[in-house]
Amino acid sequence: MENIVSLNDVAVTFDGETILNKINLDIRDKEFVTLLGPSGCGKTTTLRIIGGFLKPDSGDVMFEGKRINDLPPYKRNVNTVFQKYALFPHLNVFENIAFGLRVKKLSEDEIKTRVGEMLKLVNLSGFEKRNIQNLSGGQQQRVAIARALVNRPKVLLLDEPLGALDLKLRKEMQTELKNMQQSLEITFIYVTHDQEEALTMSDTVVVMKDGNILQVGAPVDIYNEPKNAFVADFIGESNILDGIMLRDRLVQFCGHEFECVDSGFGENTFVDVVIRPEDITLAPPENQKIKGIVRSVTFKGVHYEMVVDTADFSWLIHSTRAAQVDSEVGISFGPDDIHIMHKMEG
Amino acid sequence: MKKNKGLIQKLTAAPYLVWMAVFVIVPLIMVAYFAFVTDGGEITAEYIKEAGQYGGIFWRSVWMAAVATVICLIISYPVAYILSRMEVKIQSTMLMLVMLPMWMNFLLRTYAWMTLLGNEGVINSLLGLIGLGPFKMLNTQGAVVLGMVYNYIPYMILPLYSVMVKIDGSVLEAAQDLGCGRLKTVVRVVVPLSLPGIMSGITMVFVPAISTFVISRMLGGGGNLLIGDLIEMQFLGNAYNPNLGAAISLVLMVMVLIIMTVMRQFDTGDDERVLL
Ligand SMILES: Nc1ncnc2c1ncn2[C@@H]1O[C@H](COP(=O)(O)OP(=O)(O)OP(=O)(O)O)[C@@H](O)[C@H]1O
Ligand SMILES: [Mg+2]
Repeated sequence: MENIVSLNDVAVTFDGETILNKINLDIRDKEFVTLLGPSGCGKTTTLRIIGGFLKPDSGDVMFEGKRINDLPPYKRNVNTVFQKYALFPHLNVFENIAFGLRVKKLSEDEIKTRVGEMLKLVNLSGFEKRNIQNLSGGQQQRVAIARALVNRPKVLLLDEPLGALDLKLRKEMQTELKNMQQSLEITFIYVTHDQEEALTMSDTVVVMKDGNILQVGAPVDIYNEPKNAFVADFIGESNILDGIMLRDRLVQFCGHEFECVDSGFGENTFVDVVIRPEDITLAPPENQKIKGIVRSVTFKGVHYEMVVDTADFSWLIHSTRAAQVDSEVGISFGPDDIHIMHKMEG
Repeated sequence: MKKNKGLIQKLTAAPYLVWMAVFVIVPLIMVAYFAFVTDGGEITAEYIKEAGQYGGIFWRSVWMAAVATVICLIISYPVAYILSRMEVKIQSTMLMLVMLPMWMNFLLRTYAWMTLLGNEGVINSLLGLIGLGPFKMLNTQGAVVLGMVYNYIPYMILPLYSVMVKIDGSVLEAAQDLGCGRLKTVVRVVVPLSLPGIMSGITMVFVPAISTFVISRMLGGGGNLLIGDLIEMQFLGNAYNPNLGAAISLVLMVMVLIIMTVMRQFDTGDDERVLL
């Protein structure tokens, strides 16, 4: 598969502050790519560069192999669902969605059919004549999605398009969007800071932090093999401990030595040790190296979330069985539940 | 609770209503009275008929005010648009510069134009240096229109600007995203969204321009008198005739009212009217 969009060493600064730090990103055609990262990490900025609303200070933006740094937005075969919808307040629902088609001077019949299709897709049939201001946040968001998608762009940029929806509608729209993306064969570049959304919808997840791309990969790979503690923590809750890699396959943390499966870190190296909450089992305290007191137990639907305090760490544990609050428990995990990661620079 | 609120609202509105009555309704009634009632106390339509004799001046006033308004709009629209898209910090400074001439006395400003435009004025002297002119600029209709534009243009810029700053930048980006270049963005998004500002700008320039009096006399000479001058002459000048003056004023008011009502028909916007 070829790349439809590429960012090569793209850098952006505002007022001397680095917003994007020479990022490189290749996006394949018809792929569902998600930019994931905490607020202010540069997700919207990255989208604006691809959309043409912002010129990078340096680096190249490529579209189907051509450099498009100087191409204005209206000449790019890209449409955007803006973070704050940006609907036209002077137009009703129908005319908002029809806007791009009217600019392209399509026939009235074609406009009617295509807008009608879109309205059905986003579940807003019958809302044609409604005033934009009288719609709920979720409805506005769906109009914004329809307005962009109706143009059948090669690439659709979506900036947290489901942020204003309630959980149920959000899940529905996630499935809808994914289906649309696959049936229309459009490349989606999707921004979210909801890791679950990123993992369930994407072909590729791009984890960003402070204007840097930390890791790019398939959801499974990112989840199972996060490159560093930040990614591990962001992609799913984690217990992150300071440890020392004594030698290959032997790590020390919490005052004990543990066998693990990682190697190649050298000897006596400071590392981050990551253990997922669901990989931990509670055991009787007697024959465990790590023991602690159960501080809280919260029912989460499928599992219980427990916090267990030891002398120097507060453990997060997921289990289908609840322990007694204030009881002493042992914390148990196997060698392959221990993930060793390089400390992040800085 | 609700009733209570209504009462408070009525009470707080009272001073405003009194103000309206004393300074708007009463003068209107007085104007109408003078226009239709002779000194002897008889009701008559004579004065209105007499006012009709000045149709030429009425027409000239409407025409020149309209031209001045259109010129104001053409100049102000891009200015207000650019202003509204500037960085917020710069905006207030630029806005001050727009307002600055308004702080100077109106007569002084118009006198300045007399010295600029006169046959021996600054502009003709400069042109004379390169062997051109002198051109007759003072005492022409053009000079009067210029004076109107110069004096009233802030009243066009301000309402336009105040509507345009409210247009979110992301809406303009959305237009570009959907295929609009600069011009199309303005035509398809900025103009419809700034329509209320256009309407109030037109009103705020056209109404004072049509009843202007000093500008026309100072820059237009004796030959370009406007309705305002005519009315002034009936009350303060040699032609002293308050009844006729009142009749002309009444006709002018009705005309403005009709013109403004017709204008409003173009304004489809049911959103909030901009009051400045
Ligand atoms: N026009 C601008 N001028 C100055 N700084 C800006 C500008 N636009 C964005 N920034 C800064 O750039 C950084 C990245 O912003 P960006 O909008 O890309 O974040 P984001 O990842 O989309 O965050 P969020 O999840 O909150 O939307 C932020 O620190 C922001 O303050
Ligand atoms: Mg953002």
